[in-house]
Amino acid sequence: MRPNRPVYLDNHATTPLDPRVLAAMRPWWEENFANPHSVEHAMGREAEEAVEAARAEIAALIGAEAREIVLTSGATESNNLAIKGAARFAAAQGNERRRIVTLATEHKCVLESVRDLAAEGFEPVVLPVRPDGLLDLDLLRETLDERVLLVSVMAVNNEIGVVQDLAAIGAMAKEAGALFHTDAAQGCGRIPLDVEEIRADLLSISGHKIYGPKGIGALYVRRRPRVRLAPLFSGGGQERGFRSGTLPAPLVVGLGEAARLAAAEGLLDAGRIAGQRDRFLAALRTEVPDIRLNGDPERRVPGNLNLTFPGGVDAQAIMAAAPDVCVSTGSACSSATVEPSYVLKAIGLPEAEARATLRIGIGRFTSPADVDRAAASLAAAWRHAVQTPRTVAE
Amino acid sequence: MSAALYLDANATEPLRPEARASVIGALEAGGNPSSVHAAGRAARRLLEGAREALASRFGARAQDLVFTSGGTEANALAIRGLGRGRRVLAGATEHAAVLAAAPGCETIPVRPDGTVDLMALSALLEAGGPALVCLMAANNETGVLHPVAEAAELCRRHGALLHVDAVQAAGRLPLDLAATGADSLALSGHKLGGPPGAGALLLRPGLDLPALIAGGGQERGRRGGTEPLPAIAGFAAAAGAADPAAAGRLAALRDRIEAGIRSLAPEAVIAGAGAPRLPNTSSIILPGVPAETQVIALDLAGIRISAGAACSSGKVARSHVLAAMGFGEAAGCGIRVSLPWNAPEDAPEQFLEAWSAMRARLSRRAA
Repeated sequence: MRPNRPVYLDNHATTPLDPRVLAAMRPWWEENFANPHSVEHAMGREAEEAVEAARAEIAALIGAEAREIVLTSGATESNNLAIKGAARFAAAQGNERRRIVTLATEHKCVLESVRDLAAEGFEPVVLPVRPDGLLDLDLLRETLDERVLLVSVMAVNNEIGVVQDLAAIGAMAKEAGALFHTDAAQGCGRIPLDVEEIRADLLSISGHKIYGPKGIGALYVRRRPRVRLAPLFSGGGQERGFRSGTLPAPLVVGLGEAARLAAAEGLLDAGRIAGQRDRFLAALRTEVPDIRLNGDPERRVPGNLNLTFPGGVDAQAIMAAAPDVCVSTGSACSSATVEPSYVLKAIGLPEAEARATLRIGIGRFTSPADVDRAAASLAAAWRHAVQTPRTVAE
Repeated sequence: MSAALYLDANATEPLRPEARASVIGALEAGGNPSSVHAAGRAARRLLEGAREALASRFGARAQDLVFTSGGTEANALAIRGLGRGRRVLAGATEHAAVLAAAPGCETIPVRPDGTVDLMALSALLEAGGPALVCLMAANNETGVLHPVAEAAELCRRHGALLHVDAVQAAGRLPLDLAATGADSLALSGHKLGGPPGAGALLLRPGLDLPALIAGGGQERGRRGGTEPLPAIAGFAAAAGAADPAAAGRLAALRDRIEAGIRSLAPEAVIAGAGAPRLPNTSSIILPGVPAETQVIALDLAGIRISAGAACSSGKVARSHVLAAMGFGEAAGCGIRVSLPWNAPEDAPEQFLEAWSAMRARLSRRAA
């Protein structure tokens, strides 16, 4: 990274493309551009083979079979397809279960999918989380009964980085006869995930959160026992009818390469990233001693820090005073709005503290020099913000 | 791919160099357009620049353009959103993406030349309540153009909405939402020389619709999910580079192919030849020889064509498009030749040589 470029510490919003992913995709833009569904001719068949090889890499990352992977445009579509698709299919088959259990801290697209289903006669049950961001398993146990159709719990929270106990949650969901979906957009490739171990029926994956391209994602759909879904939209019948539309072969190849790299290097990445995180936090704490970390300090993804700054400051003011650092106040989707984060509210942060909170996302390409520079810059910005009275008008 | 001749542009156009440069540039730049920091703002500028360029190119306002993952999703978004509480009428030769998005829709018949039967449309509109009419600007198998402006006028008189699947027409012919009088227009990036993975739905000013894919609030709440910036940048660059004035060159190549077919094989039929068509598409029927057999033989000879839509699993069934035009058994004997924007000047001769050899061998066997 050139020295005058901002330090990018927002790897939850999106990750930079790994150059090896770009290299893997290039031939599919530069040499063979064919439609992978054009299997009537040689160029199309070659593209199809590349797509299938990528599918196998994606499956291998989560311990699945290639034919259990449905390719989508991204994790938002995967989450919509999993939740709406499972609910609508079950209802159409005469299934009496109507409850969809999820968490208050889920990604907006999960909460909105569940809310959309409420209009179709389903019953959302949105569970609170503990102050550490984790789901209270006793509460889940009390909630699960024969009325619950689907449990959807994210692997890793996109704001506070906490890792839910998916193995326990999956086992409880299955015992209650419910389907289990996990939004693993932030977890896949960053923590080990195995669909057998967590007993997932459905698992959502994003390309651009694992150093792959935007515009591609996947949904794992269990085959044994078989999980059935109603498609969000139909058409040419691609992806075994789950998802119609021409597969973007270069993007699929990119996701496959990103998955292969995550499987091969994920553990190494995690160790290095945790080192940068500790270095960053130590440097920042020296300058801002009362800074507070939100979310469980142990059960969290290595790259995440969610930090509340002391002194009654506004996080927006810190960001404005540190333009050479790319961080955020919460999820990117809503980062243009002035509403405080509903995730921070759910873990019990008062509004003033939520407004003084920054999300840091350290990634594969963050260097020690980057975190040193970012910590110094954010500390200086905090000092500046403390001295500038907060305006109410924003 | 050296010696092969690619004549399957309607499945996907070769990526234009301008689009490739934009894709790679956007990939290297990175950033999430919803983030407020410097990297996010740069991504947002790229996204909004692409939106403005595409909207102005196709006669819509930037705020009325919804980015999707492609043409299939754009069609589904329009039909689900605009078809709520309305009867859905769809042309008999529409793409599977449209027909599948409106199960149980009423069919508007086409005439033997493949154009929509406007009298029948008028009668259907008279017969019932508020409707959404779906017509494609250009057919993917025959290239036949529907009289969209006339259909729009009929729809307006009957209070019906008109959705136009313009996936095959965009970039090949002048196309303008406002000028056609349609209410919505579906586009696909990779059918006009952009990369696969992005499409768009254009809406008439004042029209709104609910999201098919919820969450995040992107695209003014009409489509959730981080926008696929590289594919969108490539889409806009390709649309800017696609020159409808190049239609003359492609039409001349196509006419040479069709003249050659007629002189070689009096039994062959060009579907929709009498109708206005795309400049690049020929649907060639060789009665008695299954389309699949023809496609395989031509593939072995290095000619990349298809039997129809490129969609699912390579199954070659009787074309519903040719069947709707009244071809009966011969609807299973048509191949689609679609010239890409960069078709070489000797494409007709290369194709005719292979086609002629194929016909000599297969027609004899069929007889």
